[in-house]
Amino acid sequence: MKEEEPQQPTSSPDLNWNDERTLVEALRMGDEAAFSFLLDAYYGSLLRLAMAYVPSRAVAEEVVQETWLGVLESLPRFEGRSSLKTWMFRILTNRAKTRGKRESRYESLDSGDGLSESDDESWRDPERFRPSGALAGHWLTPPSMWDEETPERLLLSKESRAIIEQAIQALPSVQRQVITLRDVEGIDSKDVCNFLDISETNQRVLLHRARTRVRKTIEHQLNEKRTSS
Amino acid sequence: MHMMAGNLSCQDLADLITDYLEGSLTFSERLRFQIHLGFCTGCRNYLNQMKYTIRTLGKLPSEPMPEDVRDELLKRFRSWKKR
Repeated sequence: MKEEEPQQPTSSPDLNWNDERTLVEALRMGDEAAFSFLLDAYYGSLLRLAMAYVPSRAVAEEVVQETWLGVLESLPRFEGRSSLKTWMFRILTNRAKTRGKRESRYESLDSGDGLSESDDESWRDPERFRPSGALAGHWLTPPSMWDEETPERLLLSKESRAIIEQAIQALPSVQRQVITLRDVEGIDSKDVCNFLDISETNQRVLLHRARTRVRKTIEHQLNEKRTSS
Repeated sequence: MHMMAGNLSCQDLADLITDYLEGSLTFSERLRFQIHLGFCTGCRNYLNQMKYTIRTLGKLPSEPMPEDVRDELLKRFRSWKKR
């Protein structure tokens, strides 16, 4: 068990903020260093998630501000049944949904559910596959081998990062939400279904379409880099 | 071999790839999927590309917090503490 620490109102450098119970206790005690740690650890994720829900960055920043205040309000009631991150994401999701509805005149042009794309199958890349003959459905231009570092090296380039981010932003809103929660933020599939109020099956379909598009963007970026070097 | 009748095409595999990674294929679907992977380099590469895509997404850096936002929130925190 941890040793008894004297109550310090400001910084407690010996405590491990990566242990959630320690962090939550310190927050409840009003420890500013703990709160500062929390802000740094989660600001970026909250902003990214908010941007998956609302049409503008300015609105997203407001939603994040409201979320932090909501976190402070609800902190006394946090029981640790879920992780802190999931709990904060839930607070954000509720705020963002309310806000998103208010801003919904922007969303009306969007195929909101991301599922009503069945007329447009271009995201499936049909031109990559043989249309006919004995080998119908097989690769026409097979994907090349990526080594482990290849896509991650892209992240070292500011321009490439921006292109990947844009690819995510360009997705229909619910696809954007699913891929952000699942792949960028690593949230559990069941929690994502709860946040978005969708079935597992729908979640898989949305995730599939989103990932297929993003893979294509990354492949395109890598090909660009290869030909230009 | 009788499996030829149920062979997946590469397009089929691409369509099933998320189900595969999520573990939601039926036993026989997964078997056909893996058999296809066994003889198709293009699809093995595609699966790897998909895995690396997911990994890359997980490593996207997040924005740092602007100082003025931090200051504002610390102020709120201090007044929250006092309650």
